[in-house]
Amino acid sequence: MVLAEQTADLAPVENGDGSTEYLSRGRLIRRRFWRHRLARLGLPVLAALYLMAIFSDFIAPYRPDTRLKGFKDAPPSVIHFGVDENRFQPYVYARKRTFHSKTFREIYTEQEDKKYPIHFFVRGDTYEILGLFKLDLHLFGVDEGANITLFGTDSVSRDLFSRTVIGALVSLFVGLGGVAISFVLGCIIGGIAGYLGGIVDEFIMRIIDLLIAIPTLPLWMVLSAAIPRQWPVAHTYFAITIVLSIVGWTGLARVVRGKLLSLRDLDFVTASKLAGGSDLYIITRHLLPNFASHLIVTMTLAVPGMILGETALSFIGLGMQEPGVSWGVLLDDTKNFGALVHQPWKLIPALFIIVTILMFNFVGDGLRDAADPYSL
Amino acid sequence: MTAPPVLKVEGLKKYFPVEKGFLRRVVGQVKAVDDVSLTIGAGETLGLVGESGSGKTTIGRCILRALDPTAGSIQFHIDDEKTVDMATISKREMRELRRYANMIFQDPYYSLDPRWTILDIVGEPLRLSKLAEGAELEDRVASLMDVVGLEAKHLRRYPHAFSGGQRQRIGVARALATNPRLIIADEPVSALDVSTQAQILNLLNDLQSEFGLSYLFIAHDLSVVEHISDRVAVMYVGKLVEVAPKDQLFFFPKHPYTEALLSAVPTPDPDVEKKRIILPGEIANPADPPSGCYFHPRCQYAQDRCREEEPALREIVPGQWASCHFAEELELVGAPQ
Repeated sequence: MVLAEQTADLAPVENGDGSTEYLSRGRLIRRRFWRHRLARLGLPVLAALYLMAIFSDFIAPYRPDTRLKGFKDAPPSVIHFGVDENRFQPYVYARKRTFHSKTFREIYTEQEDKKYPIHFFVRGDTYEILGLFKLDLHLFGVDEGANITLFGTDSVSRDLFSRTVIGALVSLFVGLGGVAISFVLGCIIGGIAGYLGGIVDEFIMRIIDLLIAIPTLPLWMVLSAAIPRQWPVAHTYFAITIVLSIVGWTGLARVVRGKLLSLRDLDFVTASKLAGGSDLYIITRHLLPNFASHLIVTMTLAVPGMILGETALSFIGLGMQEPGVSWGVLLDDTKNFGALVHQPWKLIPALFIIVTILMFNFVGDGLRDAADPYSL
Repeated sequence: MTAPPVLKVEGLKKYFPVEKGFLRRVVGQVKAVDDVSLTIGAGETLGLVGESGSGKTTIGRCILRALDPTAGSIQFHIDDEKTVDMATISKREMRELRRYANMIFQDPYYSLDPRWTILDIVGEPLRLSKLAEGAELEDRVASLMDVVGLEAKHLRRYPHAFSGGQRQRIGVARALATNPRLIIADEPVSALDVSTQAQILNLLNDLQSEFGLSYLFIAHDLSVVEHISDRVAVMYVGKLVEVAPKDQLFFFPKHPYTEALLSAVPTPDPDVEKKRIILPGEIANPADPPSGCYFHPRCQYAQDRCREEEPALREIVPGQWASCHFAEELELVGAPQ
């Protein structure tokens, strides 16, 4: 018997010009997602941000704790472009620091006689990759004698660009880590509540109500106050992910439970039961595939909350601590009003946060539209 | 008539506890099915009708143990050697018997897993009862598709690619997959439009004569039941109020509730003058049923006795059972002949 023609498993999709195309499930999802303009923008931007975070040590010209002596609160370097030996060459001028006669604020002036070309793939400060081997290659840099500070410097003369790029590592991955832990907790606890039902369900749901009723910020504060100060940065980071997910799992658990409850009584589940399917079989073969897409969407939309949580904690000084770097830590420098007025570049990390959150929400929206191409 | 009935249900009860508060205290019982007895012979169709909430779906689900009955026995005659009481056997034993009975569902949209292909959906009972797998399974499913009038080349499509009527055919194919003896059709056509209803009903009729199936055909609509049933049972608030051969029930009803239901059946001939019996009020609450005959608050013939004494289901004329104190006296109007 001849079965399964080439197009048999494909879904017909009508094109605008009246022709019909046959698409597989995967392509149908991609197509829906791609049609969501904002998601189409969000995905590459997020990919770029994460790549930036992963290769941050290479992209950053300086280490996050390198002090550029004499360059406190310096504004972003101005990059000039010129032709040098028939080659297009960007360069910066060396800068000289003077003080304002009345306010004693630093004033940086470019010395136009001292040109420093920007070199690519230069040797600089050494860094470790995964604690395994040492490397000193950087994407760009200038020769000794001048410096390049794309986002300016902070109040202790460190390059804000390097710190922003390296801080992305903590800020971006705390979201993923937190959501991963929340996901495991949410699936197990929500699954138990939805599956067992009855008094267990009631009990778990009331616990969740209780957790959600506690304002998150004070709860986070209490929990992170419990993290010992002397812990190394990596431990603190891990502890903060856990703190964030202690509240984060509740939302996921509710989604899992609700979905289980609504799917459990559908006829196709009864049909599977009548065909002789065991509980585990029904959960793994029927229920999970049917709400996996919802889970992915919920998780994507949960990441921004985690990132903001870390930022908030670090901003109030309870999250990551110096010498650790995260976007929240960087914003700590903007707490005083003077900084905002005279050194607005210190707010650049906030822009990164805003863009990241927005992009996650766009991608989440796109996924939600695409998740169920066969929705009932 | 020597062949034993395929299904013999006796004294079937299904009570749902009403729970309240955090600790889920049981504050009452909903008697969804209360002491129902019925039999279905080999190759016979028993139509089961009643309003929504009368417990007819619950009966179907109890028989197939999608729900565990509270009490009663469900004798299922598998072959000449073996008859089992499905009400009391364990889940594991039940799993072995799944292949002999299956169900067709009301809603063709929710009864097929949207993430599964037709091959997987129709083949699921075969796989789970280990009757076929691989290429053999595919062949079997393809021939089932043929039986229900769908093209075998669509096996790898997902349910969303099919219309309501086609989906219901897929549901029928799934129910047939393991060559069952008994099929419980739970309002299989009420979600379909009229022309599709007729197609599915004809399909079910054809399949019955081809495979010698027995049906318990659940419906809320007597006109659908008329088309397919040999005998008809009428349910009201968890109890059977009348059971009779189809023609007997349609033309000579012995219970006022049946009469009211019959008067609601639309007739295609506009010249036939009909007296519609409009039942006052709602169907009684099975958690708090009325005293005496459950139907008395809505019955136009009700008398004092009906308020106090619960009527038993008794044989009024041979083969016709009704639970009305005045079944013999009342001159009830049946369907126009």
